[in-house]
Amino acid sequence: MEDPSLSHADPEAVLVGEKQIEGRSLSQIAWGKLRRDKVALAGGAFIVFLILVAILAPLIVKITGGPPNAYHEDLLSPYIPNIPAGDFGGMSWRHPMGLETVSGRDIFSRVLYGARISLLIAILATMLSVAIGTTVGIIAGFFGGWVDAILSRIMDMFLAFPLLVFAIALSGVFPDKAFGFSGLPLRLGLLIFVIGFFNWPYIGRIVRGQTISLREREYVEAARSLGARRPYILFTELLPNLLAPILVYSTLIIPTNILFEAALSFLGVGIPPPTASWGGMLADAVTFYTVPHFMFWPGLAIFATVLAFNLFGDGLRDAFDPRGR
Amino acid sequence: MMRITRKRAAVALAAVAALGLSACGSSSDGGGGGGAPKLDNSAIGSVASPSDAKGGTLKFGLAGEWGDTVDPGETYYGYSWDMLRNYARTLVVFKSEPGKAGLELTPDLAEDLGKSSDGGKTWTYTLKPGLKFEDGSPITSKDVKYAVLRSTDKKTFPNGPAYFEGMLNLPKGYDGPYRSKGMNTDSAIETPDDSTIVFHLKTPFAGFDYLAQLPQTAPVPQAKDTGAKYKNHVISSGPYMFQGNYNPTTGFTLVRNPNWDASTDPNRKALPDQMTVKVNMAPDDVDNQIIAGTLDVDIAGTGVQPAALTKVLKDQTLMNRADNPTIARLWYTSINPTVKPFDNIECRKAVEYGMSPRLYQNAYGGKFAGGEIASTVMPPMIPGYQDFDLYGVKDNPGGQEAKAKEALKACGQEGGFETTMGYRDDRPKEKATAEAFQQSLGKIGIKVTPKALPSGDYFSATCGLPSYVVKNNLGLCANGWGADWNDGYGFLSQIVDSRVIRETGGSSNTSVRIPEVDKMIDQATVEQDQAKRDELWGQIDKRVMEEAVIYPGVYAKSVLLRSKNTTNVFVNEAWGYYDYTAMGVKQ
Repeated sequence: MEDPSLSHADPEAVLVGEKQIEGRSLSQIAWGKLRRDKVALAGGAFIVFLILVAILAPLIVKITGGPPNAYHEDLLSPYIPNIPAGDFGGMSWRHPMGLETVSGRDIFSRVLYGARISLLIAILATMLSVAIGTTVGIIAGFFGGWVDAILSRIMDMFLAFPLLVFAIALSGVFPDKAFGFSGLPLRLGLLIFVIGFFNWPYIGRIVRGQTISLREREYVEAARSLGARRPYILFTELLPNLLAPILVYSTLIIPTNILFEAALSFLGVGIPPPTASWGGMLADAVTFYTVPHFMFWPGLAIFATVLAFNLFGDGLRDAFDPRGR
Repeated sequence: MMRITRKRAAVALAAVAALGLSACGSSSDGGGGGGAPKLDNSAIGSVASPSDAKGGTLKFGLAGEWGDTVDPGETYYGYSWDMLRNYARTLVVFKSEPGKAGLELTPDLAEDLGKSSDGGKTWTYTLKPGLKFEDGSPITSKDVKYAVLRSTDKKTFPNGPAYFEGMLNLPKGYDGPYRSKGMNTDSAIETPDDSTIVFHLKTPFAGFDYLAQLPQTAPVPQAKDTGAKYKNHVISSGPYMFQGNYNPTTGFTLVRNPNWDASTDPNRKALPDQMTVKVNMAPDDVDNQIIAGTLDVDIAGTGVQPAALTKVLKDQTLMNRADNPTIARLWYTSINPTVKPFDNIECRKAVEYGMSPRLYQNAYGGKFAGGEIASTVMPPMIPGYQDFDLYGVKDNPGGQEAKAKEALKACGQEGGFETTMGYRDDRPKEKATAEAFQQSLGKIGIKVTPKALPSGDYFSATCGLPSYVVKNNLGLCANGWGADWNDGYGFLSQIVDSRVIRETGGSSNTSVRIPEVDKMIDQATVEQDQAKRDELWGQIDKRVMEEAVIYPGVYAKSVLLRSKNTTNVFVNEAWGYYDYTAMGVKQ
């Protein structure tokens, strides 16, 4: 393998002077494939739309819907307790998705504001998972041996953790003020931490596996034999080639995190009232299941968002998958 | 002839279809149109489908397990007490009658109501002749004495009411009949003969007859007592007895007691031949089975679930067998004067004025299933209730911003302030209440942060623990109260007496600390004249409201549904739901 005649050769030199072949990088190939995948593109477009809507929510509700926490108790039915007057949960131009039960808050505004919470938590938690997972995964995979053994066991421990139970307990005992934060920002931080910190082993395992397969590749061998230091190999040789799987799995973790946040809010240990969140809205609506308008909209929002992320993530994976070339 | 009939039938069908369509139309508009639902309410203040026909099986259903126990010494749930009267008789009992009469006491085992002497410290009852247990053995005053004594053993019966051991003049160190065997307890209860029983109290208590109606005075034969296991088969003294054993996870069946003599018991009708109680059902299943007729009554008596409520209120045939009683229960919010700035009465008044009563009502489920807007601590059916409205809540369902702001100004908090409101995390209605406070008080500049607290130790570790309240700035606490029995003492003594507040936590009273009220309570407790006593409790109520330490919220109401098979149904005001000793079934 280690032929001394090649040891000082510039690998790029082979190409010099030759006629430029239509060389395509991995990302170019992937983009080409993704562009042809209409389903994935639709998912991606919806995600972009959703992010825009979440960012612009304060402007949109000025046109219709109104502030998300404003009560409209005057629009509730005077006869059937807690149910909005009018068809389909009180739908009107002013309240395009109708009104919530009990309080009469506008569902449209709350779904929009709920998108902010859902996306914020899901994306930041995913970033946290990815950061920890990638670091630990690369170290475990690259160094192998006892380092790998210890880190892998730690990952197994995290995977065996009863996360939901832990999250419920932690939300119960966590103080109202901590680290200089209180109220909603503190809760958001706590949720991001809980969801992100306990999900990193999924990313960690994938990165570790990829690293193990990559570190035996010829170009890594070459770099090593050329005297490259470990950090150089890690960040310049390995990490760029890990980006694709990390990107794909991040896109697939986001919907899981959206669902997890919704579950926590549904159970009453997520976002504190009255801040709108999809899970919390579902929890409020569930006692009125005989009048299903109220669970329809937040349910639809969760469904569409999770589906969009999954479709886009699947498309991305197919695009990066060398076997599908 | 035939053709005409057909034509008529067709017309009739078309008419029915039109009706059906219009019904659909009115139901699809989400309940907005239509008109006010008309609930039957004929079981309130009168008897619905009165009947004396005996026979049949009355079927009860219950969501979840049986809440406490069927042992008369330990039971403490309202529906348990209502049901217990079918298999146990007490010295005195609430009348089995509709309307206000249900709040009156009438002798049951005893010949007459209690006779007091010694200024209300000694109470004497004489038993009727010819009373028998289910096995035919006679019921004597010694069985009543034994039953009361065993109930004072809180190691064996930790969850029962604790009035007797608190009030009876028991010898020092008495630890119940199981551990203090042979100890002379005549200083507390004397039985000079088999039909006389005399109670001796430590301090005078004018309302002792209310204690004599507690299930704890139902006789228990000492020879058959098995302590904590007695609940498996309680020896009946009433018209029904247990068939086999009681099982809290599967329910039980009551059959007629052959040794019950109707001539000694004018208070019970005992119509059905059998009663079955099915437990561990899903809440919505109970409602659906009552609608379908495979069950007769939800024994919990708390009313239909929200899901069934919308169904009932859109269907006149269901409304025709639904009742909407007001219950002797107040859903209220404590305004804690220990938390700044609520130490200033004006800031407390700002809450009384600023909170929207209608939002409170909505939070509890509206005017049918939730309750009526309350302006007093005592609900209207409690004897002694005075109708006053110090803060004008009934006339201003949307709250009074201007007055609230004035109060804030007087309090020196013009710019508003921040406070926290505690609520039980498993109670969506309390959560909605906290959000309603946040919404209403936000308008006048008081920023309320709702705080979900674990339900299990709400009174022992958070809202009922004075130090926690102060430390966590819990200015407001969602609360609720229903009395052990419906008089001023039963309703008010545990929630407005400052002496029940323990620094170590555990009291339902979290905010009422008025020395003057404590004195008034002492006065009312020993007042022998009932009319004067009731008057005093009314004054106490008013005094508490003047201090603005309680936001009264709503007098609870419920929507009760009975099956189409039930007869002789009425709401007993002592419980606020159907009287289970009076009901019968159609054959």
